[in-house]
Amino acid sequence: MSSRARPRFRLPALPAGRAGQSAGAGTGDRVLYGLCALAGLLAALVLIEVVYQVIHGAGPSISHFGIGFLGHSAWAPNFGIFGAAAAIYGTVLSSLMALIIATPLGIAVALYLSMMAPPAVRTIVGPLVEMLAAIPSVIVGFWGVDVLSPFAARHLQPFLHSVLGFIPLFGPPQTTGLSVFSAGLVLTLMILPIVAALSRDLFLTVPTELTEGAEALGATRWEIIRGVVLPTTASGVAAATVLGLGRALGEAIAVLQVIGDGAGIHSSLFLPGISLASRIANEFQTPDNKLDIPSLFYLALILLAIGLTTSVLARWIAGRFDVHRTLA
Amino acid sequence: MTALSHHVGRDPALPDPTAPLTATGNLRRRVAVSRLISILATASAVFAVALLFNVAYTVIQKGAPAISFSFLTQNSSGLAGGGIANALLGTIVLVAFGALIALPIGVLTGLYLTEFASPTSRFGNALKLVLDLLQGLPTIIVGVVVYGLLVASQHLETGFAGGIALAIVMLPMIARSSQEVLLLVPNSMREAADALGVERWRTVTGIILPAAAGGIATGAILSIARAAGETAPLLLVDSIYNPTQTQLNLFGHGVPSIPMFIYTTYDLPTTSALTRAWGAALVLLTAILAANVGARFLLARSRAKMGAR
Repeated sequence: MSSRARPRFRLPALPAGRAGQSAGAGTGDRVLYGLCALAGLLAALVLIEVVYQVIHGAGPSISHFGIGFLGHSAWAPNFGIFGAAAAIYGTVLSSLMALIIATPLGIAVALYLSMMAPPAVRTIVGPLVEMLAAIPSVIVGFWGVDVLSPFAARHLQPFLHSVLGFIPLFGPPQTTGLSVFSAGLVLTLMILPIVAALSRDLFLTVPTELTEGAEALGATRWEIIRGVVLPTTASGVAAATVLGLGRALGEAIAVLQVIGDGAGIHSSLFLPGISLASRIANEFQTPDNKLDIPSLFYLALILLAIGLTTSVLARWIAGRFDVHRTLA
Repeated sequence: MTALSHHVGRDPALPDPTAPLTATGNLRRRVAVSRLISILATASAVFAVALLFNVAYTVIQKGAPAISFSFLTQNSSGLAGGGIANALLGTIVLVAFGALIALPIGVLTGLYLTEFASPTSRFGNALKLVLDLLQGLPTIIVGVVVYGLLVASQHLETGFAGGIALAIVMLPMIARSSQEVLLLVPNSMREAADALGVERWRTVTGIILPAAAGGIATGAILSIARAAGETAPLLLVDSIYNPTQTQLNLFGHGVPSIPMFIYTTYDLPTTSALTRAWGAALVLLTAILAANVGARFLLARSRAKMGAR
């Protein structure tokens, strides 16, 4: 388009450099476009390769166990018995627990940062909360083993059992603390900054005309939050929590360290369990059976399906909000 | 005017003008609820910060005794002791290799989305979806995939595979953050360049990229900090290596890394090993948090610069 705008009558008088550039007009543009499109294609190719590799690797296990793999809870590599149910159960239970705790907590932190904190506090506390998300999972995991699990076993588990013991989830307290419960708490720490940071950014986009209008009508701060801020950002906040859920579902190392590597499905949160990602991390290096690695790929396929679904779901819920984790 | 004084009888329907200005009845309840919510929100923020400090305090308290000059400059000698020099160098090489692959692809993808794809372009929108899906990918799956791609055929774990895995982790972060920063570059700059008949590639390399450089660097630093702490993919494709040797060649053998050092040393049966694991965690956490703080400053500076133009 720039070549079309170039005046023709200057052609004979042009110096050499100018003429050369004119002759090559569009080549640079085409090269840059080609490079950018190639990079985009490569990124798309990575995703296709991810899906292909996981399905391909799971092949032997899929043809051997079929869809029944999803329903079997036993996992005994030495005997060639593989089933995903216990790992799916542990994944869903620990992630939901994290989501239930981290969502209200994260929204509360976001409300504080966006509506209540003085500017000086906001510029310090905001980044501090986001830094929670920067802690490597292996460090969070060992903190979970050394600090959180003993605390949970000594204080949280007995308390919850005595108050809510009639619910099967809160069974008798265990001694080590390595449990689905601890995994849920560790995941809470990991998704809290995601929910908090994304929600804060959403709350800051609420037009001041709306909040100030409500204030002028005599609404209290809570009424502004409930009547204006939360309704206008609801879909974005929901998407943020789904993104947090996706992160929790796929966390391998930190969960592996605190979940206790238990077998079977138990109603009590305080017993050891296993999750999809942590089982893959735990057993990949030491296969006991020729179907072991394909079965771990099968677990990865289930995890991939869950992960892609949550990502698409988050995008779909977010609607007009462009919610995604750049920092987290 | 004595009409409002107490001595004269007044209309009981009117509020007492001398009453103190405090809320009563329904308003009192509403204010109380609002205040309670404010207190809860503040407490939540305090709790979140306390969590960060608790983790940081734990790492410092358990790791500081291990930190010394020799801890940073000596190679590990396994169970016996030693330092983290080879793991540190290994992580630097792995992350640098990953960044070398992910950075150009990521930035060019960001450029494609902002400079070439129209908002209605089908490939452009599909690409955004792809980046979101890649970013939401559990990192353990990246490990599984790279295992299937590069390790399975010969059962050989290599630093190359580890670097590729880290590149896949970094790519969507870099692409998405580049795209965001490029969108911040004022359109008037592009229009001015177009009006002067500047070719698009010259506009991009001479005007748009320099204007966005600070923001792109911020995204790159954050993604590098993230990759430096990744354990799950390395556990699957780059965890078998000689822990006592320095490996700077990525091909043919595994390369040690700080996350794998922490993960494996923690399980050794001596208390000194435990201290060394926490020491390595302290080094890693310090580097990552410092990178985050640095990236933030860089972003604030480049935002200010762009706003000033």
